Amino acid sequence: MTNFSYVILIPLIPLTVFLVTGLLGMKWKPLVSGVIGTVGLGISFFLSLFAAYQYFFATASAGGYHTIIPVNMLWLSFTSTLQIHMGVLLDPISVMMLVVVTTISFMAHIYSLGYMKGEKGFQRYYAFLSLFTFSMLGVVLSTNIFQMYIFWELVGASSFLLIGFYYDKPSAVAAAKKAFIVTRFADLGFLIGILILSFYTGTFDFSKLMQPGTSLFAGITGVSFLGISGITWAMTLIFMGAAGKSAMFPLHIWLPDAMEGPTPVSALIHAATMVVAGVFLVARMFPIYHFHAPDVLIFIGYVGGFTSLFAAIIAMTQFDIKRVLAYSTLSQIGYMMVALGVSGYGGEAGLGYTAGMFHLFTHAMFKALLFLGAGSIIHTVHSNLMKDMGSLRKYMPITHITFLAASLAISGIPPFAGFFSKDEILTAAFHANKLLFYVEYITAGITSFYIFRLYFNIFWGKDTNYEHKPHESPLNMVIPMIFLALGATFGGFIPFHDLVTSNMKPFADKLNILVSLPSVAIGLVGIAAAWILYKKENDLSDRIAKSLGVLYISTFHKFYIDELYLFVTKKIIFNGIARPIAWFDSKIVDGFMIGIGTVTMKISYKIKGLQSGELQQYAFVFIAGTIILALFLLYTLGFH
Amino acid sequence: MIQGISIYHFLIVSSLMFFIGIAGFIIRQNLITILLSIELILNSVVINFLVFNRYLYPNQLQGHFFSLFIVGVAAAEASVAIALIINIYRRIRNIEADNVNEMKY
Amino acid sequence: MTLNVLMFYLLSAIILIFSVLTITSRRMLRAAVYLLFVLVATAGFYFLLNYQFLAAVQLTLYAGGIVVLIIFSILLTGHISEKFKKPASWKLWMGIIALVVGSTLTLWTLLSHNFVKSTDIKAVPVDMHLIGNQLLGLGKNGYVLSFEIISVLLLAAMIAAIVIAKKEKSQKSDTL
Repeated sequence: MTNFSYVILIPLIPLTVFLVTGLLGMKWKPLVSGVIGTVGLGISFFLSLFAAYQYFFATASAGGYHTIIPVNMLWLSFTSTLQIHMGVLLDPISVMMLVVVTTISFMAHIYSLGYMKGEKGFQRYYAFLSLFTFSMLGVVLSTNIFQMYIFWELVGASSFLLIGFYYDKPSAVAAAKKAFIVTRFADLGFLIGILILSFYTGTFDFSKLMQPGTSLFAGITGVSFLGISGITWAMTLIFMGAAGKSAMFPLHIWLPDAMEGPTPVSALIHAATMVVAGVFLVARMFPIYHFHAPDVLIFIGYVGGFTSLFAAIIAMTQFDIKRVLAYSTLSQIGYMMVALGVSGYGGEAGLGYTAGMFHLFTHAMFKALLFLGAGSIIHTVHSNLMKDMGSLRKYMPITHITFLAASLAISGIPPFAGFFSKDEILTAAFHANKLLFYVEYITAGITSFYIFRLYFNIFWGKDTNYEHKPHESPLNMVIPMIFLALGATFGGFIPFHDLVTSNMKPFADKLNILVSLPSVAIGLVGIAAAWILYKKENDLSDRIAKSLGVLYISTFHKFYIDELYLFVTKKIIFNGIARPIAWFDSKIVDGFMIGIGTVTMKISYKIKGLQSGELQQYAFVFIAGTIILALFLLYTLGFH
Repeated sequence: MIQGISIYHFLIVSSLMFFIGIAGFIIRQNLITILLSIELILNSVVINFLVFNRYLYPNQLQGHFFSLFIVGVAAAEASVAIALIINIYRRIRNIEADNVNEMKY
Repeated sequence: MTLNVLMFYLLSAIILIFSVLTITSRRMLRAAVYLLFVLVATAGFYFLLNYQFLAAVQLTLYAGGIVVLIIFSILLTGHISEKFKKPASWKLWMGIIALVVGSTLTLWTLLSHNFVKSTDIKAVPVDMHLIGNQLLGLGKNGYVLSFEIISVLLLAAMIAAIVIAKKEKSQKSDTL
């Protein structure tokens, strides 16, 4: 058995970097912090690759992979049964996530050296990046739900810091608050779910909970509340936490606004790591879902399906390139949820699980690449809006090629990575749930349409009169993009069904021509539609938008979900509940306390004249008091 | 025990002396005369102690010793009080009780 | 009427009259001298009660020490001829009320109470030997602890008096 205890270094290095740059960063030149952060993360990256190599190839055996817990320390010991450990858990999905997180984070670190150059708070930025990476790795490697919850919250807090990085910009502050509050609200559900689950099962440990056929769930399945069994409640609430982080409908509203953060942060958080934490959580708990709460799994599938279609439709109408990518992320995560939702356990039935993880992997590559490309464009154009761009292919050839590779990948055109993973998802859905299959099938077409709308608008179309002539980004921004482009192009050939499966045993997977051909076809249709509408400057798109009327407008306004939230929170909760309570608090409760204070003060003003400083007056009062006391003792109490 | 004089005689005298002292304490302006009143009060108490000792417990000397200690305490008190009075006089050139009323609210 | 009784009434009269004079005299030095008379008469009471040692202490310490101290302080803080102004009427009334009510209550209580002396007690002769032994005695009827406390108190009072009355260096010397 190979010793994997070095894996603990992978999260600890970013933590150390965070502490060092966070505490001492201001004393150095900005670049020093950046280099330290990048080098530290580079070490983590190579360690992860090494760990993945060792896990998947050096220790491979015929019977599949095993869960390995190289480090597990007792952290809190409340009672003999309630103990919380901190440790490192390795199984196929956590090793895969390890690679994904460190890769994207490493790329974001390198990229930021160029992108964030000269920004105020460069050191702070790198400290936060390291903190975020640390917490995300902590989530991935957790051995129990409680540890996961801690890192989960840490992810929320550090993403808050990163989204609100430009803290002097009101919109960034608002976005950071929104992201934090929405995910926090969802985490409340997660926490309650954890409490219910662990109350009845008596353990936090994944390895105990995951054992197929374990008797731990006997207690919780017997309990029911409102006609729904306890395990269903617990797993639904846990999914609520996952939905918050993964921005599933209706908790998706924070993600598009979170684009206020620096673009590499968007690439890191909103493409590859934080938003897939929810998917990872569902995958981590997958055996529990599958064996004990299959209803919730179906529910997850439908939520994912709806979100993917819904977000894809909105993405078609947005003009801010980062927002398009944000909605695209929502849509793709919906895909992953669908994949998990339709999956079975073990062998070919577990295709959905493998596909979801596979898509997570490829999506991380191409979506991070899209964000980095968008960042590169924004860096040179100084605008987020499509109308300020056009014909950029002439000025930025490398960005253009890499962006195109990512666009083809997300559209599912072979041989790019997205094709394989999306195809697996569609196959899994095709076998399990026809409705979800059609939803995802249509979404695939819309996806390729909106991404190529973006592509054509940016790189083709009219040649805008730029104030400064656009130029290709510096080398330290281009290299990560090229690296990720390679991942997006060739990542699909990784044999995931041999590596990451629901029961950790490999199975044979073959392309389903019946599914893959139509999916490629609809992808091409989307591209063609975008070609017609946006390749050359014309008013066709505007006319279509006009003819759709209300439908277009409501889509453009993201179906008024934000307004709905505002209505509910401002009008109903604030005015209906919070204000009366605030009134009660300030007038009745505080009023009572203030009244006591005021009365006491008034009385003391009145009676302070008694303390005249006149010695003899005091003496008289003293004597009078003594006499009265003597009388009292003598004639009332009978001390005679 | 004195023939022809009961314990009440002594006690009446000492009580009156005590309350005269109290009245003096309240009425007089000058701090030194207030001190004189205090001496009156102390002496009346000493008389009480001795009388009780002599009339009720002549086999012991408790009242006697307490009187002795009271005399000692009175001496200490008088010395400190006079030191204070002199210090006050130095500061405000006056030792009227009415003028020493700084220690109010 | 024996001589003792006569002496008692004489001394009582002196005590009461001069007490009243002490608190009513409008000249300070006179008040101090009246107090001296009261103290001497009180010493007479002690003689009557057969406590010769205490009477001697009273005469030397009170009449000889404290009253002289007071007279010195009077001389330091004012003029001998200075006449007090009349007290404020509210003070006068407060004093009179305290005097009348307090003494009425006390006398009423005293006179209605029956003091009982246990008859089989034999009086001890109060000689210097006994006083000295008991004052510094450790066993039954020993008062060495109180004695030590009083001595510490006197030391503290002495130091305090010096510290309080000491002239501050920065102060001008014309104050005294």
